[in-house]
Amino acid sequence: MKVRVWGARGSLAVSGPEYFKYGGNTSCVELRAIDEHLVVLDAGTGLRRLSDSIGDNVSRVDILLTHFHVDHLFGFGFFSVLFRPDVEVHVWGPSTQTMGLRARLNRMLSPPLFPVRVPDLPSRPILHEPPVGTFELPGLEVTADLVSHPGRTFGYRLDDGNGTVCYLPDHEPVLGWEQIPDDPEWVSGTDLAAGVDLLIHDAQYRDDEYPERVGWGHSSTSQVVAFAQLVEARHLLAFHHDPGHDDWELDAMWEKVEVPEDLRLSVAAEGQTHLVGA
Amino acid sequence: MAQQPIEIILAQRLASHLAMPVFLVGADGAMLYYNDAAESIIGMRFDETGMVPMEVWSQAVAWLDQDGEPLGPDASPAVRALQEWRPVHSSLVMRGIDGIERPVTGTSIPLESGQGRPLGVLTLFWESKE
Repeated sequence: MKVRVWGARGSLAVSGPEYFKYGGNTSCVELRAIDEHLVVLDAGTGLRRLSDSIGDNVSRVDILLTHFHVDHLFGFGFFSVLFRPDVEVHVWGPSTQTMGLRARLNRMLSPPLFPVRVPDLPSRPILHEPPVGTFELPGLEVTADLVSHPGRTFGYRLDDGNGTVCYLPDHEPVLGWEQIPDDPEWVSGTDLAAGVDLLIHDAQYRDDEYPERVGWGHSSTSQVVAFAQLVEARHLLAFHHDPGHDDWELDAMWEKVEVPEDLRLSVAAEGQTHLVGA
Repeated sequence: MAQQPIEIILAQRLASHLAMPVFLVGADGAMLYYNDAAESIIGMRFDETGMVPMEVWSQAVAWLDQDGEPLGPDASPAVRALQEWRPVHSSLVMRGIDGIERPVTGTSIPLESGQGRPLGVLTLFWESKE
């Protein structure tokens, strides 16, 4: 399974030379278990660059949205595949008690915010509310569950039979605790991330920033390392970088973090590719 | 042990920060959690009991009416809320694990996920004052 990062920034896209190393586009990750099937994890601004790399051989695309904060959705209307009627497009994301997935997407993709409406997209995307549980995509078993983040927010676990990836880009598992407890039964996201090969996880804040941002739905550096240890992840990909953290700040904050020997740590950067279960 | 649903985790976190007694019962009737304030009604620390299956819990505590007449485990507002799937409010006497009888008033509310899945029951208790 090949995983490529197209946007690793959280909250707001940023640009400028100070963001050259890690990039400024917001959450978007490409995942391929088979060449013809493209899975897109979130539709942040990174999705526009992903558009340029899709080959003609792709016949189906599944976009898995975690939630509807704009940093995870703003690239949606700029995804070229949506304008290709020859590609089967499926969009998965959370509805609410009062608003279905179509209405939530229409809210973002309609005038005055956007000139094209969802029903007018040539690909005629098929919309799905993921079950809390497991469903099948071509070559993949996907498990979805709701996680600790303001509003209904899904996390996903993807398994191609050779390796596993867990995607928790916006996640505050420590909410209500002093620190990540030892008991996985009472920690959000632990079933999704248990023993996973690659854990793509929110790591927005420095530890000294977190106390001022409790309940905003994000994690600090030491919290995400503790979470990765709790679930016995093999490789942690720190994700959803704060827009206020430039390359120098990100390098400095991760240099200070103590990581156990049995956990591999990478800091997500645009263009980065990871092979899982290869 | 499998992870609890996020709604139950958030309810447990809320309960752990409240001063009034709170019980959290799972969809299968197991006592998942009670907070510090509830320990004084139950007569034992949660650290000592941990999660208690329904059949054990129903033997561990007893319910009596206001005149001291024994009632079955189904009289508990949490069990009624779970069985009838509606809010239940009642005043009873609870005999805790420590054998002490305490008059209590409880309100039990069924918890349902956004996808309509039954999650359990949240009960807030007040120790009744004569």
